[in-house]
Amino acid sequence: MRQRIPLIICFICGLTMAVQFFIPHQYSQAVYSEAVNWLRVIGVFGFVIGFGTLINIHVRRVMRGGANAPYSLVLLLGLFGTIIAWLIDREKERFFDWIFYNVQMPLDSTIFSLLAFFIVSAAYRAFRARTLEATLLLVAAVLVMIGNIPITDVVWGWLAEKLGLKEGLPGEVKDWILAVPNMASRRAIYLGVGLGGVAQSLKIILGIERAHFGGGG
Amino acid sequence: MEAISMWVAAILTLCIYSFLYKDNPFYKFAEHLFVGVAMGYSAVLTFRDGFIPYVWKYLKAGIVGERISYAVVDLWRDTAEVFVLRQTEPERLLVILPTIIGLCFFARFIPRISWLVRYPIAFTLGLGTGIALPLGLQMNIYQQMYGTLSPFGMISKLSPFQIFNAVLMLVGVVCTLTYFFFSAEHRGGIRWVSRIGVIFLMIGFGSAFGNTVMGRVSLLIGRMFFLRDWVNEVIREVSAIFG
Repeated sequence: MRQRIPLIICFICGLTMAVQFFIPHQYSQAVYSEAVNWLRVIGVFGFVIGFGTLINIHVRRVMRGGANAPYSLVLLLGLFGTIIAWLIDREKERFFDWIFYNVQMPLDSTIFSLLAFFIVSAAYRAFRARTLEATLLLVAAVLVMIGNIPITDVVWGWLAEKLGLKEGLPGEVKDWILAVPNMASRRAIYLGVGLGGVAQSLKIILGIERAHFGGGG
Repeated sequence: MEAISMWVAAILTLCIYSFLYKDNPFYKFAEHLFVGVAMGYSAVLTFRDGFIPYVWKYLKAGIVGERISYAVVDLWRDTAEVFVLRQTEPERLLVILPTIIGLCFFARFIPRISWLVRYPIAFTLGLGTGIALPLGLQMNIYQQMYGTLSPFGMISKLSPFQIFNAVLMLVGVVCTLTYFFFSAEHRGGIRWVSRIGVIFLMIGFGSAFGNTVMGRVSLLIGRMFFLRDWVNEVIREVSAIFG
């Protein structure tokens, strides 16, 4: 009841969904649609657990006080402020949209753009061409970046005219690197990920892997 | 209102960039605000686009006995037929089942019946892995093998450069896979093959790094343009006040 039935449910659900993929019939399609809906419904309740845990942690931090308490309060204000903004105007969602466009979007893109600085300092440390591998990494990265920036077209166009070189060569080199050697390594990684994913899925469906059910029971 | 929006976004942007100097209260404020707002936004989306259309709508319709139409979004399969409209029947009350299963998540707060949490996990993992298994086979294994080998099926129509690319691709895939093959010791021939695989991997990582840098830099340029517009706005407002 506690351990075996969940394992049986997992097996039946996994097997049904894996088999229905190969049956091109409307009933099979209906089973698939229903399963996706079930996942959505169960996912809603899973989200509530995560949401509740986050609130619980930060409310406790605020109650306890200390150096980080004001930041937890900011987090809670942001969280409930967004929800209240939606509740106030559910029809047109003006306040909710305002928060999205003027708080969340700028913060999101700024945090990601901040990584540009750190990625450059990391590159300085990682890209010192001490070995063949590091040199290849450096050359591939530089060629891809050069091929992507607009100024390359201008500079290369001028050079091509002066020296009689082929026009658009940096872009072609970048495209070739991305399409052939880069794609070859990616395909191998995808194949590995695919094989690993299939093996892990089979282990879960067959009940060999059961760590997600936790101990006890 | 537009000016206030711009000021809010600009101040938050500057708060985040203040981290470039060192970790400070302004950065922490903006960081925590971001997490809070993002979580609030996710909560609203989950309620508005998950709970209401997939749970509440059917429970309500089932209880009062009304007929409603609903949309089935087929994200995994045929993208050409994304929306399929049907008429609901009383069997839509079947939504009670996943709702009860989902409610079992809350059993973790009651130690005596905390084992019930395994039921929603079993359904989620069972259905999820069942859906992912054939898709993983198709996309990650079959499609990648087809993409690698298919040029050899029309080799007579390919130019010498295309043939070179096809051979290089095959060599790259085989050598990179050999690098990840741990069932045999990497000695002799295997060592050299896996070493060629490392070369392909480094070129792949380098390209991925280059693309990532370009993506981040383009975001940075976007934020800098925004800050430039904001500074121009501030200068305009100050000049309007002081003449």
